[in-house]
Amino acid sequence: MRLTKLTRNLALGLGLGLLASHAAFAAESATARHHPKHVEFEFEGPFGTYDRGALQRGFQVYKEVCASCHGLQHIAFRNLADKGGPEFSEAQARALAAAVKVPAEPNDKGETTDESGAPLTRPGLLADRYPSPFPNENAARANNSGSLPPDLSLIVKARMGGPQYIYSLLTGFHEKAPAGFKVPDNKHFNPYFEGWTIGMPPPLSNNGVTYSDGTKATIDQQAHDVVTFLAWAAEPKMEDRKRMGFAVLIFLITLAGLLFAAYRRVWKDAH
Amino acid sequence: MSGPSTYDPKSGLEKWIDSRLPLPRLMHDTMSTFPTPRNLNFWYTFGGILTFCLGVQIVTGIVLAMHYVSTSALAFNSVEAIMRDVNYGWLIRYVHANGASMFFLAVYIHMFRGLYYGSYKAPRELIWIIGVLIYLLMMATAFFGYVLPWGQMSFWGATVITNMFSAIPVVGSAIATWLWGDFAVGDATLNRFFSLHYLLPFIIAGVVGLHVWALHVPGNNNPLGIDVKTPQDTVPFHPYYTVKDAFYLVLFVILFASFVFFEPDFFGNPDNYQPANPLVTPPEIVPEWYLLPFYAMLRSIPDKLLGVIVMAGAIVTLVFIPWLDTSRVRSCRFRPLMKQFFWAFAVVCVILGYCGAQSVEATAFGVPLVWVARIATLYYFAFFWLIMPIVGLIETPKKLPASIAQSVLGDSAATPAE
Repeated sequence: MRLTKLTRNLALGLGLGLLASHAAFAAESATARHHPKHVEFEFEGPFGTYDRGALQRGFQVYKEVCASCHGLQHIAFRNLADKGGPEFSEAQARALAAAVKVPAEPNDKGETTDESGAPLTRPGLLADRYPSPFPNENAARANNSGSLPPDLSLIVKARMGGPQYIYSLLTGFHEKAPAGFKVPDNKHFNPYFEGWTIGMPPPLSNNGVTYSDGTKATIDQQAHDVVTFLAWAAEPKMEDRKRMGFAVLIFLITLAGLLFAAYRRVWKDAH
Repeated sequence: MSGPSTYDPKSGLEKWIDSRLPLPRLMHDTMSTFPTPRNLNFWYTFGGILTFCLGVQIVTGIVLAMHYVSTSALAFNSVEAIMRDVNYGWLIRYVHANGASMFFLAVYIHMFRGLYYGSYKAPRELIWIIGVLIYLLMMATAFFGYVLPWGQMSFWGATVITNMFSAIPVVGSAIATWLWGDFAVGDATLNRFFSLHYLLPFIIAGVVGLHVWALHVPGNNNPLGIDVKTPQDTVPFHPYYTVKDAFYLVLFVILFASFVFFEPDFFGNPDNYQPANPLVTPPEIVPEWYLLPFYAMLRSIPDKLLGVIVMAGAIVTLVFIPWLDTSRVRSCRFRPLMKQFFWAFAVVCVILGYCGAQSVEATAFGVPLVWVARIATLYYFAFFWLIMPIVGLIETPKKLPASIAQSVLGDSAATPAE
């Protein structure tokens, strides 16, 4: 027992030491990104679930604002009707798909372009994935002054700081560059981005979208909604996962209790 | 396996089988009646936990391989398809990914336990050496596995590690090219890493068989480090240790499940959710946490070849421990001096891991971490090559108890129990 206590104290001490050291001395360059804002989302924590309204509004923000430059290649229209997601009805998801043009298969004559040479398109189906705005990286860069807008399917999991980071980035454009800091042409100042200049122009504006549920479309509200939507896009099975997690833990803790009783009983006379 | 068998086939069928293939006898002698020291503590439950981890990794891995595509164009997307479109694919992948970390957590506890109680000392040298081999195979398997999702860290981790071979004089770059199957990490590399990642766990399983076999000849060491002398010092493995191992295994699985279901990306690096891009180097290339101490050693040495030698040496050193320890007493419980050096060693390993996770220029209280790592590396080697042999000779161990039974049961052990 003495040993376990010693180990516990040691581990605790080390953990605290590491924590303290982290705060005390990180090696940071002058234009290292600012720490993300402290915002809380409904989907965080062991009991967190996605706010259905925020998911639907967030999808609207993605569709009307982000989608002109950013892809969402891992999300299919059918996912919009999935349980644990925005939970549009199947008819709504079908209509949302049909409103988007996706690359078409070769037609009966084997052609892949129309008379003018443009690639054939057709209305989207539930099975289609969300079409990316540019056919390739070069086209994306050519249309964005050399910057490459990343696909957003996994962006919340692919960035240090996760949802808080994306939220801070989206709402961080109004901050003024420090005196003497040169922002190059075609770049925008944003202290939450590494290096402080970003190719993306401020994407959100007050009432830039009109929410059908009457929610006031402030920049903060839109950022909150679209981050919720993108968090779901990155982790669509989160609600399933947490729900199963509780069942598994309850089972395991019960099993541990039974085994502990058995263990005590078996060992009763052995020591 | 050692000593006379106590198996007594009752039915005709059992007798029939026993005279042809005595597998039930083997199971009976090794898992049921096997005499086990009665004083094994919590730290001795990790052998069983590790067997469980290996099983989990193999089972989840086989299912993942049914859906995974090992070409650079499709690997990343196939993993995302597993996460999104395969039924419970997210569960299987998160169990497998976190399972690797849990496996290493358990193996490090298992190894430190062996070090503390002197479980590598005669007559258990081969158990320890086979264990080092398992550890080496685990590191190779984990490295190959980390490459497979073909994210940024997968790609650049593979590039850094395979480039280490190019440090070998004259033939280095030829070896690197041979390993890659190309002139850079690419499709050929990914494919062979997948093949090897599937192969190695079965080799590990085989070597684990040898590890357990070697264990069953002298039997378990114990926290006192003294030999079993009378039958009273032991209890049969079943039910005493089956129930104890099962209880602690379930506690371990609770920890495991907490990560899988509530913090599945805790051990992961966000960069690995970005598809591999050979044209963009991530600002920091960091291996998984369980390799960080060795990574810190590698980076603390300014010369590439020397760095690789030091890193490899850190693992090869482990093989020689049974002969570097000159003490007549096994357990650190009776070695007041060695106990302190041992805990210092444990702290040094954590410090090395911390250094490995930080950027090369990072400092702590004004001291460059690279110097912290250098001193820690020095201690790592000094612990095995200087402290172990010298302390064993100069230390006066505490008095050992007369027997395991006496230590556990008190003086009542002097009179034979029922």
